[in-house]
Amino acid sequence: MADKRIDEPTGVETVGHEWDGIEELNTPLPRWWLWTFYATIVFAVGYVVVYPAIPGRHAATAGTAGWTSRGALAKDLKAADAARAQTRAAIAATPVEKLADNPQLLRAAIEGGAAAFKQNCVQCHGSGAAGSKGYPNLNDDDWLWGGDIATIHQTLEHGIRYPGDEQTRSSQMPAFGRDGILTPAQVQDVVSHVRVISGQEKASASSTRGAQVFADNCSVCHGANGEGNRTVGAPRLNDKIWLYGGDRATLTETVTYARQGVMPAWGQRLDPVTVKMLAAYVHSRGGGEALPAAPAAAAPAPVPATR
Amino acid sequence: MEQVLMRAGLWFGALVLAVVACALAVDQGFAIHMAIFGIAAAIALWVTISGKSVDNAVRGVLRMPDPGRYDDDVIRWGVIATVFWGIAGFAAGLWIALELTWPQLNLGLEWINFGRLRPLHTSAVIFAFGGNALIATSFYVVQRTCRARLAFPGLARFVFWGYQLFIVIAATGYLLGITQGKEYAEPEWYTDLWLTIVWVAYLAVFVGTIVKRSEPHIYVANWFYLSFILTVAMLHIVNNLNIPVSLFGSRSYPIFAGVQGALVEWWYGHNAVGFFLTAGFLGMMYYFVPKQAERPVYSYRLSIIHFWALIFLYIWAGPHHLHYTALPDWAQTLGMVFSVMLWMPSWGGMINGLMTLNGAWDKIRTDPIMRMLVMSLAFYGMSTFEGPMMSVKSVNSLSHYTDWTIGHVHSGALGWNGMVTFGALYYLVPRLWNRERLYSLRMVNWHFWCATLGIVFYAASMWVAGITQGLMWREYGPDGYLVNSFAETVAALHPMYALRAFGGLLYLSGAVIMVINITKTILGQYRNEAPMHDAAFDPEKDRPIVAQPA
Repeated sequence: MADKRIDEPTGVETVGHEWDGIEELNTPLPRWWLWTFYATIVFAVGYVVVYPAIPGRHAATAGTAGWTSRGALAKDLKAADAARAQTRAAIAATPVEKLADNPQLLRAAIEGGAAAFKQNCVQCHGSGAAGSKGYPNLNDDDWLWGGDIATIHQTLEHGIRYPGDEQTRSSQMPAFGRDGILTPAQVQDVVSHVRVISGQEKASASSTRGAQVFADNCSVCHGANGEGNRTVGAPRLNDKIWLYGGDRATLTETVTYARQGVMPAWGQRLDPVTVKMLAAYVHSRGGGEALPAAPAAAAPAPVPATR
Repeated sequence: MEQVLMRAGLWFGALVLAVVACALAVDQGFAIHMAIFGIAAAIALWVTISGKSVDNAVRGVLRMPDPGRYDDDVIRWGVIATVFWGIAGFAAGLWIALELTWPQLNLGLEWINFGRLRPLHTSAVIFAFGGNALIATSFYVVQRTCRARLAFPGLARFVFWGYQLFIVIAATGYLLGITQGKEYAEPEWYTDLWLTIVWVAYLAVFVGTIVKRSEPHIYVANWFYLSFILTVAMLHIVNNLNIPVSLFGSRSYPIFAGVQGALVEWWYGHNAVGFFLTAGFLGMMYYFVPKQAERPVYSYRLSIIHFWALIFLYIWAGPHHLHYTALPDWAQTLGMVFSVMLWMPSWGGMINGLMTLNGAWDKIRTDPIMRMLVMSLAFYGMSTFEGPMMSVKSVNSLSHYTDWTIGHVHSGALGWNGMVTFGALYYLVPRLWNRERLYSLRMVNWHFWCATLGIVFYAASMWVAGITQGLMWREYGPDGYLVNSFAETVAALHPMYALRAFGGLLYLSGAVIMVINITKTILGQYRNEAPMHDAAFDPEKDRPIVAQPA
């Protein structure tokens, strides 16, 4: 039917069809196109032979290479475990307080702890371990429960106020306002006092009244001068470091309702070596303290960590 | 009269159904949606009973010429809808790009947080902008290449308005938090049912027109359009086989669970790319490129071979979205090899489009519309090479879940789908409104450069971001431990996210220029401007920079 004609610019014959002025040339398939197409088909057939591909009634063909994605992952994991096995065995055999005696092992533990921290801890403590409201900064030398490596390890292992772990760190501040232990006016007075001893306010009539409230209700845990007490995890109040905030509104909320931060018992979730490594990492962040010299020693003075 | 009564009865029934469903609704979103359906049914009922002609009413507002040889009214509406939804979709995209860069822009409002606006953006650009472009151009192309008027004019109008209703229901649903949670298939069960009705009507109009053609052969563009309509119907129905929790509530659950559900979703998702964004738009390309170039199609044989190869291979490629997941290894293998084999069939369309310019290459220099169509084919070629490459498992292990995928999708969507649609719109508007020419060809040129630069910023920043992300995720230190936390990889991408948003801004700016140009053309204005011509050539200045030794 055809209205075949030779197209002048290309010298190729048309097919002879025409739609709304559009014609088609009868150019053969470009050879490079066809051969590349064939090449991809050959590749596909080869790949199907080598790798698992054709589904059957019960199982698919396994492929000549014997490759499986689970197998490949298991192999990678095994190789990674093998590469770390010696170090991990050494850490496992060393009590956490003796890690510092072997600087090379300590460095390896800190390295591993940093990786575990990024996976498990950054969600609350931040990727730089600087903490956020309600989650302590781990880079400073202000510790709630103690900053030597054994104490940090204990805290990590058993968590804080974590249900289901009998050795978890536990203490509970009363909700002074909500439970009617203090009147709202007394709460304001004691907040004034706390703001005075933390250097945020000048002494006032309110803070003078508050000093008495503090002595009667708070000093038993937080100390007469607000220096805190690590055995009950009572924060130091006479410095400028705050877990929830040192402004009047936040302090009022804290005194009225109390706080009870929780950290999981990592000993239940991670293997013992990883918990040790995490302790070494947290201890190395800048505020790590030396181990107490003797069991009967007084409150340890902050000492820079041995790196 | 009898027919009017029947139609009025149908709309009245729909109205009653919507009112009842609205009253019995178990959640607020469903009640709002049924109210929208009710309003739409009431309008349709009023139009049917009053006997007012929508065509005439709209014709006045849109300054349409009188009906001609072909049934073009619904196409003119489609052109306007394409432009409108395009701007809405691009603006939503820019906004969510800014949200990713500066999350404060979520403003703490649930309706505009990233999770809800993201499907709004993807649906607006793919289904509203792309879908309207496909429906409008397919009606235009099928009439001209079949030399026949649309088969069922009333049904064609129903397809247009029904599709807009689908878009409104889907979009408001996203903002209200109604979603199936399946990518590109977010609308819930009743919206899906409505789309099914509209889509079957679309198929009937298209096939009906082909059947009553007065041409002996069916032009290649129509093969592509038909494969797009048919396959999308199949994909849509299978992937949305859901059971509603309540007939008066918006929530439903899919019948496929777990990894089967994932595979069905990506069988759908990948073929939405393959048949909606590739086959459909190739149909567009096969008409507008030869028309604008005024040249015969490069190779009839290539068009047959690459059409069938594309149709046959695309449908199996979906599993490459599920590499290294619970999907069995054999299915991953097949997904990959079918994707690799898809490379040349995809390129067949690019070759046929680009080589159609044989004998008219000078038009790239002189005709900005042609330049747009050629750039679109270039991006098509690039992303259909990138796709098979990313489906290779070892490449995928780096690229998967990173922004590289986002960059890949956008070089295809902005470059290929966007540019070919802009080219088609610039071709259509003067012809549909009987104008001598566009308001301004120079503005088309500005649009071209804004869009091209925008895509370059977008794709390049996402390549860098994706590869950075992939490498940081898998980075191990010398002791055998991962080096980066997830939050650190997010922080590292911030500058790239800002550059991506800038690319989006450029692309949107180009589209705004198009809106002005098209509006002025429809209003019948012509910009008085110097014609586009070749670059100036001064033989005096054409000499080596460094003086030649004597």
